[in-house]
Amino acid sequence: MADLQHLEDLVVQVRRDILRQVHAVNSGHPGGSLGCTEFFVALYQELMDRKDDFNMDGIGEDLFFLSNGHISPVFYSVLARSGYFPVEELKTFRHIDSRLQGHPTTHEGLPGVRVASGSLGQGISVSIGAAEAKKLNNDNHLIYTLCGDGELQEGQNWEAIMYAAGNQVDNLIVTIDLNGQQIDGATHNVLPLGNVKGKFEAFGWDVLEIEEGNKLSAVLEGMKKAKAKTGHGKPVCVLLHTVMGNGVDFMMHTHAWHGKAPNDEQLEKALAQNPETLQDY
Amino acid sequence: MKKYTDSGKKDTRSGFGAGLTELGKTNKNVVALCADLTGSLKMDDFKENHPDRFFQVGIAEANMMGMAAGLTIGGKIPFTGTFANFSTGRVYDQIRQSIAYSGKNVKICASHAGVTLGEDGATHQILEDLGLMKMLPGMTVINTCDYNQTKAATLAIAEHQGPVYLRFGRPKVANFTPEDQTFEIGKAVQLQEGTDVTLVATGHLVWEALQAAEKLNEAGISAEVINIHTIKPLDNKAILDSVGKTGGIVTAEEHNYLGGLGESVARVLAENAPAPQEFVATQDTFGESGTPEQLMEKYGLNANAIVKAAKKAIARK
Repeated sequence: MADLQHLEDLVVQVRRDILRQVHAVNSGHPGGSLGCTEFFVALYQELMDRKDDFNMDGIGEDLFFLSNGHISPVFYSVLARSGYFPVEELKTFRHIDSRLQGHPTTHEGLPGVRVASGSLGQGISVSIGAAEAKKLNNDNHLIYTLCGDGELQEGQNWEAIMYAAGNQVDNLIVTIDLNGQQIDGATHNVLPLGNVKGKFEAFGWDVLEIEEGNKLSAVLEGMKKAKAKTGHGKPVCVLLHTVMGNGVDFMMHTHAWHGKAPNDEQLEKALAQNPETLQDY
Repeated sequence: MKKYTDSGKKDTRSGFGAGLTELGKTNKNVVALCADLTGSLKMDDFKENHPDRFFQVGIAEANMMGMAAGLTIGGKIPFTGTFANFSTGRVYDQIRQSIAYSGKNVKICASHAGVTLGEDGATHQILEDLGLMKMLPGMTVINTCDYNQTKAATLAIAEHQGPVYLRFGRPKVANFTPEDQTFEIGKAVQLQEGTDVTLVATGHLVWEALQAAEKLNEAGISAEVINIHTIKPLDNKAILDSVGKTGGIVTAEEHNYLGGLGESVARVLAENAPAPQEFVATQDTFGESGTPEQLMEKYGLNANAIVKAAKKAIARK
């Protein structure tokens, strides 16, 4: 296992990357990105068995699909800091002629991205297809997927959730970012999700919860347990309890920073809470 | 005039089924997905012989399109099968984002297109699908005319890299194109040479255009007939060469005149060589229940309608 302190340092640096990306273009989605920082760092630095060179088919390695594409700032930062493309390229986020589009896409050829996402609710279906392709190829690697919790309001998810259980897609770990927030407010006010755990279980999934989704060691431990549950006839769901805007005190526990960038003063304040650990791009 | 004979009426969807059966044997990467319409899409044989490569997704077309996109990641060539309505309008955003924008090598195979679906009525008779699909950047759009051509097209699209929409239908119609034809995507097929008017048809209207050409011939009018099986990319050269000679054109399709083949042809002519054009197509309307023949007659989609349109186009020259 990688040195935990190094990973903790990376988490802080990724937070800085997220804040600086969205600030520079005065747009983008910092809230959900900050909430999932520990998850992305754990996934790419420790959990996934992945190859250094990006190949679209991804044969012989674990694959990740981001369904809630709007948290692209954290995805891009972790991809860059995991060697998929130069960290300096984060400067081009949301710029004209950039590979770092507002929402991730394969269209501009950014290494690390295997499908476009942004229009919500499509990631689990794509992941199931990729998981079935792995089975056909006798490739024992896993498919990891991240979805937002508000995103579960999209009906396509439930088609996919039904399919995966009914067809024993057991090489798939779908993580739900349970931060309880969406653009218009708290999920329980916008459209209550009800008992998410009970719903996944009723559909036939193996479900486990990570209560401290912003604690790196807890994420690592929980995701390793999830990994151990694969290959037993059921798809695996991880309910990752996170705080939107985690790591920046004035962005936490509110939907206000879902899709809003900090101004100069706010950026300064936010960065002060997350001092540079590795190098800023 | 060349003579075309119907070797025996067959449905175009069976041509798709036969093509898929052949691909099952010849191309190990071909996989098929179906949303609870295996029999209607003639996918039974593939399902029987290649259960590991067949995915029954249930009545869940959105998930099917997403899964198809995912299956390409790992080198598979997915063929999705359901009715044209559920292959396009119902899943437009899934196709747009996960397949077209993502550049995935998915073959969207759509049966029961247009009014010839018949008695089920307008809920199932999509007349807007060609427009929806041709507007997607990078999407190839094909509408085949008979059993043999549909089979040939099914084989051809497996060799093509990129997303394809293949449209065919339910009823048994004349089977008149060669059994051993090579299907070239984007290449129009000239069926009759003529000098007075060009008839450009796609899908079930190609046979009707041939019948119309014979009737026109009897009236002393020489009609050139072109089978445009590929709506996108359109064979601009074939259209311009023919209209350059005839000076007038009729487009014929089982589709709304807004957004279909006719509009694509009109754009090509407007950009290069404007000429009188008449549209044999539905006039911005939904369909209804009835037999295919009754509906083709009522909505002006048969040989008689093409003859009338041809005379009008000639008069406008």
